[in-house]
Amino acid sequence: MFVEREPVPQRSRWASGVIPYKQMGYWRPDYEPEETDVLAVFRITPQPGVEPEEAAAAVAGESSTATWTVVWTDRLTAHDNYRGKAYRIDPVPSTGLPQYLAYIAYKLDLFEEGSIPNMASSIIGNVFGFKAVRALRLEDLRIPKEYVKTFQGPPHGIVMEREILNKYGRPLLGATTKPKLGLSPRNYGRVVYEGLRGGLDFVKDDENMNSQPFNRWRDRYLYCMEAVHRAMAETGEVKGHYLNVTAATMEEMYERAEFAKELGSVIIMIDLTAGFTAMASMSRWARANGMLLHLHRAGHATYTRQKNHGVSFRVLAKWCRLLGVDHMHAGTVVGKLEGDPASVKGYYDTLREDVVRRDLACGIFFDQDWCHLPGVMPVASGGIHAGQMHQLLHYLGEDVVLQFGGGTIGHPMGIAAGATANRVALEVMIQARNEGHEVLREGPEILRRAASWSPELRAALDVWGDVTFEFEPTDVPDTVGVPTPVAF
Amino acid sequence: MEARNPSRPAMGGGLRITQGTFSYLPDLSDEQILAQIQYGVDKGWAVSIEFTDDPHPRNVYWGMWGMPMFDIRDAVAALREVQRCREAFPAHYVRVSLYDPGLTRQTTALQFIVNRPAREPGFRLDRQEAQDRVIRYRLHPYAGERPPGERYRDDHG
Repeated sequence: MFVEREPVPQRSRWASGVIPYKQMGYWRPDYEPEETDVLAVFRITPQPGVEPEEAAAAVAGESSTATWTVVWTDRLTAHDNYRGKAYRIDPVPSTGLPQYLAYIAYKLDLFEEGSIPNMASSIIGNVFGFKAVRALRLEDLRIPKEYVKTFQGPPHGIVMEREILNKYGRPLLGATTKPKLGLSPRNYGRVVYEGLRGGLDFVKDDENMNSQPFNRWRDRYLYCMEAVHRAMAETGEVKGHYLNVTAATMEEMYERAEFAKELGSVIIMIDLTAGFTAMASMSRWARANGMLLHLHRAGHATYTRQKNHGVSFRVLAKWCRLLGVDHMHAGTVVGKLEGDPASVKGYYDTLREDVVRRDLACGIFFDQDWCHLPGVMPVASGGIHAGQMHQLLHYLGEDVVLQFGGGTIGHPMGIAAGATANRVALEVMIQARNEGHEVLREGPEILRRAASWSPELRAALDVWGDVTFEFEPTDVPDTVGVPTPVAF
Repeated sequence: MEARNPSRPAMGGGLRITQGTFSYLPDLSDEQILAQIQYGVDKGWAVSIEFTDDPHPRNVYWGMWGMPMFDIRDAVAALREVQRCREAFPAHYVRVSLYDPGLTRQTTALQFIVNRPAREPGFRLDRQEAQDRVIRYRLHPYAGERPPGERYRDDHG
């Protein structure tokens, strides 16, 4: 029988009704984050009239336990343990509406072990549509070591990849087949063969090449692997083509991956649009079956690009390193993707390094210890060419895949010559760097000298010279952009 | 030593296997080899010299020309070993490996070929037909048709 009790006194935390989030325990400036907490930093643009503390508390609450009104069932729990706690707010210089960086701490047992979908649903699943917040961006996450260790991580990682390919001391070279769509499987294989025999390490399917009526996956895989093996025989090197196994269902993805394995491919690829669960399943499969796993970040820019709203790419990079991919597209700096050198450095460090330190200039808000989880090989793809090799090496380093789609296939002497031009430019730049030259400054001269004995490189420099490309979506055919002076 | 552009057929026929970091450049001079070794020595990497007459890309374990040089400070001493190895095995592939023992790496940091047989006959691609259009591929190095030590016997100079 329900017994009616005396109503709880006014202003009690547990009186029914609506009280501000910051009074419910979600605004905790006194809270010292623990080593085992997951930490998030959100860029919050409150609606006019909403205090920053209340906005931050609302974000903390609605990404943990809260709802819009007091509930008595909270008292069945050790509620303080489960609350997200906004512990710090920094104002951000802004020409528009006021913006704040809010730091929020979550206890470790809010999360299921080893599950990116759960981490994502928990932190970004609910708060972004919140009316009191005009715009919201998850800028960065600190994953505690205890949580890192529950994830598989990359199936192989940078070191193992190099040992699988037997290629050391230089970036890897790739290209995407062009045009993106339309080639029949047989013609497609020709492009792959020419690129690989000319000197590329990899060619790849594009993200939208799955299994269309003009090019079904099984036929494409057969022709591509013929091309790969022909090129291996002509060069004596290990070669690969990223066979895209993305499909409508998990069952079909497994079927395609198994066939890729049967044909002897060293690598497969998946699109981000397959979703975190499919990605993690493929990651597990890739490790169990000795296959490198390339991730195309298809669709990421819908939510990573705008500074005031969405999820920063660095968070996506962290999630993908945890759930486990071997390659991830991460920006080129000098190509057609936006991304200043500092932000891209932050992304590359997040993917590659073992310990990444807080560095606001690079957009890194937290120290992050990866506990020796293998690194992910970043992939630079989009509007880059041999004439930029010195800049690419300077900004992106050595552990990277440089993909020159148009910059290979658009070469005036043909695809293989385009590949050779890129490979010569790369090797000569690495040689010069190791000898102690400042490649950023001397790069153009180094390339010119190599062009004197490499007709392929000479032709590439003649055609593209010091042109940099205007921004286009990733991997479109070459367009002549605005000529800019080569780095002095 | 004349420059050999890898995109052209190798002199005397055959192909130039493009394993190693600098295979698309003209063969490195001793001075250039020294500079690369010095780069590795300055970083604290170990220097290893290896040789083989089996050019298959999956041949990982080449013969070791002595132990890896872990404590080397003088790149010239390593270059001398390169020259001695080339004299002992003029018709083998010889490579320099620079090894990084650092945490999270523990792997080869740089690796490049410093000697080749004069003639590299290359590979035959064997195709074994399986079901439908599936092919099982195998790379058959022509050099492998002779026993080890005799594979490039007529091909040095």
